[in-house]
Amino acid sequence: MPRATSDAKLLIQSLTKAYAATPTNLKIIDLYVICAVATALMQVAYMGLVGSFPFNSFLSGVLSCIGTAVLAVCLRIQVNKDNKEFKDLPPERAFADFILCNLVLHLVMMNFLG
Amino acid sequence: MAGRRPAPAAFLILVLTAAFASISSAVRPVSDAHRSAASELFAPSADGSFGDLESTYEAVRTFQILGLDRYKSVTGKACEFAAEKLASPASSSAKDLFHAVRISGVLGCSVDAGVYDVVVARLKAVIKDTNSLLEFYYSVGGLLSIKEQGHNIVLSDAESTFHAIKALSQSDGRWRYDTNSAESSTFAAGIALEALAGVVSLADAEVDPSMIGVVKSDIVKLFDTIKSYDDGTFYFDEKPVDATEYKGPVMTSASVVRGVTAFTAVASGKLNIPGEKILGLAKFFLGIGLPGSAKDCFNQIESLSFLENNRVFVPLILSLPSKVFSLTSKDQLKVEVTTVFGSAAPPLKVNLVQVLGSDSKVITSDNKELQFDRDNNVHYLDIAPLKIDVGKYSLVFEISLQEPDHETVYATGGKNTENVFITGLIKVDKAEIGISDNDAGATESVQKLDLSKDTKVSLSANHLQKLRLSFQLTTPLGHTFKPHQVFLKLKHESKVEHLFVVPGSARQFKLVLDFLGLVEKFYYLSGRYELEFAVGDAAMENSFLRPLGHLELDLPEAPEKAPRPPAQAVDPFSKFGPKAEISHIFRSPEKRPPKELSLAFTGLTLLPFIGFLIGLMHLGVNMKNFPSLPGPAAFASLFHAGIGAVLLLYVLFWLKLDLFTTLKYLGFLSVFLVFVGHRTLSYLSSASTKQKTA
Repeated sequence: MPRATSDAKLLIQSLTKAYAATPTNLKIIDLYVICAVATALMQVAYMGLVGSFPFNSFLSGVLSCIGTAVLAVCLRIQVNKDNKEFKDLPPERAFADFILCNLVLHLVMMNFLG
Repeated sequence: MAGRRPAPAAFLILVLTAAFASISSAVRPVSDAHRSAASELFAPSADGSFGDLESTYEAVRTFQILGLDRYKSVTGKACEFAAEKLASPASSSAKDLFHAVRISGVLGCSVDAGVYDVVVARLKAVIKDTNSLLEFYYSVGGLLSIKEQGHNIVLSDAESTFHAIKALSQSDGRWRYDTNSAESSTFAAGIALEALAGVVSLADAEVDPSMIGVVKSDIVKLFDTIKSYDDGTFYFDEKPVDATEYKGPVMTSASVVRGVTAFTAVASGKLNIPGEKILGLAKFFLGIGLPGSAKDCFNQIESLSFLENNRVFVPLILSLPSKVFSLTSKDQLKVEVTTVFGSAAPPLKVNLVQVLGSDSKVITSDNKELQFDRDNNVHYLDIAPLKIDVGKYSLVFEISLQEPDHETVYATGGKNTENVFITGLIKVDKAEIGISDNDAGATESVQKLDLSKDTKVSLSANHLQKLRLSFQLTTPLGHTFKPHQVFLKLKHESKVEHLFVVPGSARQFKLVLDFLGLVEKFYYLSGRYELEFAVGDAAMENSFLRPLGHLELDLPEAPEKAPRPPAQAVDPFSKFGPKAEISHIFRSPEKRPPKELSLAFTGLTLLPFIGFLIGLMHLGVNMKNFPSLPGPAAFASLFHAGIGAVLLLYVLFWLKLDLFTTLKYLGFLSVFLVFVGHRTLSYLSSASTKQKTA
């Protein structure tokens, strides 16, 4: 129906405008998350194509991507200035947590990679 | 027998009755078998020596007694060894000098008179100073040996030495080793008697005869402690107080024999010991047979050489060269009576007094004299006139010396018992085999078996019939014979075997196999059974295992629960030999995708990363916030370098490192990283707060 499509267009336009207002560092984090998830999807597609023979490798790869995406999301939550809950947490501290958790995640994933 | 001390007469009677009902002694005098055993036991080591001085002396003395020529080849080495010790008497112990002097005496080594003078002086000094029995023994023995090699030695003050040794004796005839020890020992008694004999020989004046008499009564008391076996063997033994000091019966008896024969050789008059005990000691040493160790060999041979001609009693041994006599070849019973070394005995008569069968049943009590063959030195007797059947018997012999004054010189032991076998041909006759119907008196088919011919019977039966086998066994003298083994064996085609003992009565042997009762025992196996007949006994010269023929047996079918026949013996090589090679089936490897596809997707996976970099450029990512001051800048770059190093470490971990090494390096790096990161981030946060407040 013409109203629906024009409504959808209006909705998307307003969303894009609102998104443009977000601070750059948050945009970087969003981009990172999107790329990580895309990488995971690529791996799932590959597995779907050739079968799950070294299953541990598949799991390791996918979970590493998903894990890092999750950690990035946590970072985004903590760094967001509009978030009242984490007002007192310095962003550098959140970033340090992000780095540390990523390193541990990747150590475990490397071990599981085989 | 141990521990009792009845009066000598009662003891004699006891010994005689024991000899009566005894097992045979089975001794043989010293022969070439002993000589070759001694050669083997006393083999010198690579450099020609026998070990220490004592072992060397034992070796050369045994060779000397047995007349073995090989000791002449080791003379040089042994003489040198002895001379070494004699050269420095002050530093050698009395024991070493004792053995060295005796080795020189046996081998006839030439020793300087001067050397011996010094040795003599040393030994005399030991005698003066010591009060230990062993020191007395070694020094007196050494001096005696030097005297026997031709030097003139006299022991002054012999009486006090005699008293000193005698003082160590105990009331039961044993001796202590020195004044301090409380334990007395039979072995020490032997040594003491030898030492006392030496003192008497070396004395310048005659020793008080009453003292000699006291020692003689000590010897009689010592012989009261003698132990014995049932077959007339006597020996000395001690309670093992200390395991290392325990000498054993051979060594203890040898010591006593040495001491007693040495003492009676120097003392005048007769010793009041029964001849049975001396004979028993000789039997003990001969009963060792071929000894297993060098020390046993030395003790055995030396004791027997002393017993061969001693002044108490010379034992005469009765022995049988062969213990099996055949009635078929009309063997003669042969008996030898010799000294312990096999030398001829004085004139004597041997009588066969009794023949006892199994269970000591008396077969005959006629007293038969054996005739003497002077050329071969054997007493012989024809057995055939005795009318003894085949079997195992005990023959009782009695030796009587022909000259009456030999009674006090030789010990013959009165009655001697020996076990013998008499063998002969057993006749098997009236052998019949046949099949009969159950409970029917008449047999269906009876065949006479002639076991001398090689004919085979061929029988057939079913499970309702019986097999009958009967025969008679007769000895050469016509009596019924009961052998040890009389079997009928049935062997099936499948190698399953069944053995049946044929029961015998006074008249004949008869076996009845009732197949009805044996069906289950035979595992319901029908078919062809081979028949084998076996009769055997030790006294039978013609024991046989004869195949008789075969039997076709028809048994009913086996029911469900019937026992299976046992598994037959398998050829061991097929069971334990190498088996076929196993070809293992491995899991087939998973199908992997083609290489190109994998590489394509690797590229595809990296695409999002490239997209990330492009997006970053799009967003205008810059490095403006990078600290400009050198200090914080260094930390910041170190921070990034640290993260890069950790990631590199992970790559290496995946490629070749193991977890523990990785964790080790990670530990170092993380400490560094934490420090650096803290500095950097705190600088950044302070910078941003300054910006906010400013």
